[in-house]
Amino acid sequence: MKAKVHIMLKAGVLDPQGRAVQHSLAALGFADVDEVRQGKYIELDLNEDDQAAARARVEAMCRQLLANTVIETYSIEIV
Amino acid sequence: MRAGVIVFPGSNCDRDVAVALEQTTGRPTTMIWHRDTALPPLDLIVVPGGFAFGDYLRAGAIAAQSPVMREVKARAAAGAYVLGICNGFQVLTEAGLLEGVLMRNTGLRFVCRDVYLRVDNAATAFTRGYGQGQVVRMPIAHNEGNFYADAATLDRLAAEGRIVFSYCDAEGHSDVATNPNGAQRHIAGIVNRGGNVLGLMPHPERLADPLLGGTDGRAMFEGLLAAVAA
Repeated sequence: MKAKVHIMLKAGVLDPQGRAVQHSLAALGFADVDEVRQGKYIELDLNEDDQAAARARVEAMCRQLLANTVIETYSIEIV
Repeated sequence: MRAGVIVFPGSNCDRDVAVALEQTTGRPTTMIWHRDTALPPLDLIVVPGGFAFGDYLRAGAIAAQSPVMREVKARAAAGAYVLGICNGFQVLTEAGLLEGVLMRNTGLRFVCRDVYLRVDNAATAFTRGYGQGQVVRMPIAHNEGNFYADAATLDRLAAEGRIVFSYCDAEGHSDVATNPNGAQRHIAGIVNRGGNVLGLMPHPERLADPLLGGTDGRAMFEGLLAAVAA
């Protein structure tokens, strides 16, 4: 199975990169963007056939390495 | 003082700190490759600056999971002094030995220059060579030095005297203009609750010899030497 993991900064944590992208968009005339938040997208190929087991494994990976839960949240999609 | 320096692929301040330590201790520094897990007896373990594992994923994240860090955690729990400088500070936060995270500098630039620091706690083994409130000069060179922790954690760090170094001006005043990276509460360095694990973004080893243009960093190594001898 494949796992798709999205990692984003928590609400309230300043995202300087997102803000720089927003300013650059505004300079290009895209002034209708109120906020940009930039994150990470990670794809994992898993040798696991059970969906629940796969999700549990990826949860553990997120907690231990893929995300830093002090500043980041993660969401997992198993496909 | 028996000192060791951890070396990761991408560490680049390991030899600088080894030289600074040898000048202070008068004995060789043990260099420890990241795959090593059998460490000799050590009073001080330094996690040096650099770009361990290319800063992949997050600065310090991969290094924090390397085999040697399990041993560093065990030694820290047993009371050994652990000093994380720059990338080493990032590794120690990712390893859970210190609170918080070092995020991207708010200016989105790699900042490489000397800064002034105020010693906010001169009672630690790392800072006993300085005076309380003393202003010192040290170089910084980082892209991710923006210290972040939630408000409750910041309050706890402050209340427990664990904010050890703060960015400031030459007179010791901190404000937005003296903060090079957006760090919350101008934090440049913190210590753990046990007082034996310190992380800081500035590089004491880069101003530890008159030939380097200053010696303000040297008091940290001399303080540790005195603490170990005590």
